Amino acid sequence: MVTPAHFIALAVILFVIGAVGVLVRRNAIVVFMCVELMLNACNLAFVAFARMHGGLDGQVIAFFVMVVAAAEVVVGLAILTSIFRARRSASVDDASLMKY
Amino acid sequence: MSQHIVLAGPAAETTRLVAYWILAIVAVAAAVGMILARRAVHCALMLAVVMLSLAVMYAMLGAVFLAFVQVIVYTGAVLMLFLFVLMIVGITTADSIIETIRGQRLWAAILGIALLVLLALVIGNAAIGSAAPNSAQFGNSNVTDLARLIFTKYVFPFELTSALLITAALGAMVLAHRERTSPKPTQRELAVQRIASGHPTPLPGPGTYAQHNAADMPALLPDGSQSRLSVSPVLAPAQPAEETPQPMLPSGAPASSGRNGAGHSGSGHNGAGQRSARQDGAGQDGQEAGDQW
Repeated sequence: MVTPAHFIALAVILFVIGAVGVLVRRNAIVVFMCVELMLNACNLAFVAFARMHGGLDGQVIAFFVMVVAAAEVVVGLAILTSIFRARRSASVDDASLMKY
Repeated sequence: MSQHIVLAGPAAETTRLVAYWILAIVAVAAAVGMILARRAVHCALMLAVVMLSLAVMYAMLGAVFLAFVQVIVYTGAVLMLFLFVLMIVGITTADSIIETIRGQRLWAAILGIALLVLLALVIGNAAIGSAAPNSAQFGNSNVTDLARLIFTKYVFPFELTSALLITAALGAMVLAHRERTSPKPTQRELAVQRIASGHPTPLPGPGTYAQHNAADMPALLPDGSQSRLSVSPVLAPAQPAEETPQPMLPSGAPASSGRNGAGHSGSGHNGAGQRSARQDGAGQDGQEAGDQW
């Protein structure tokens, strides 16, 4: 018996894994991937809630989340390539010019 | 509760349950592997596994359109963009495991567990009902119903996303654009430069007269020595360690594979030189990776 609660529990687990990845990893591209994982977990929860309520609004919102995620990835990766071009590193520790 | 989800009988229910558990275990294992993998490419591939299993889950939940969008847009476009940037930034950039912030891992683990407990408490206390009665909007008319909803109720956010996408595309072009600070060299200047460089001809190709024609196998010169010019400098330090053949015996006799017979001393020495070069490369690679870790 698969209920929406199953999917929401899985979404919670994936979201937490993504959050830990953002905190732990220092390669900026991998950090982006972990953010993508968190967004995917949110989408799964939206779709599961849509199934629970019997409406399609949750699926529409998940669709918008996908669009925003695509835009975010495009801009973020462009920033990353320009940072890499400037200082030959993709580590988030190296972009610390404004720290002190 | 059971009659609500699906119109089919208990056999379909068992199938769904088995499918759910397989997909959930695969997704969580791939997500954990994504965090633990040191190479960014491995992370991207693990993320692809997670996204594909989520696509199947969308299909299980009746979101037919989103399942395909997940495969086409996420796995197809977004992840390929990730891999594309990884190729630009450097495929071998391994993440350092030396902590620059003290206790970062510990605090990340504590915060992760705290977040998990918090969300589990919220989910556990929420009244998550069973699935709504099955209707056509979770099946055959999913796409048309979604389209109706997007173009009527959500038409203004939909227009906003188009503005967002155009802005993002323009922003990416502006950010990734590189200003040319020097004038573009003409064909004449390039030709002069080429003649002056001492190598007017193209560089030798890899693998010529060697044992096989892999891209990382140096070509052999007429005297049997290796041509360092034939291997791309990108590939030269990164010889694959697993392809290292068995070492030659100290007496000079080949360990196996009569390819370099004892009679052909020249080719035998040559093979040994090639192999030791490969092993040196592998050792360097290992050392480099060790430094980076």
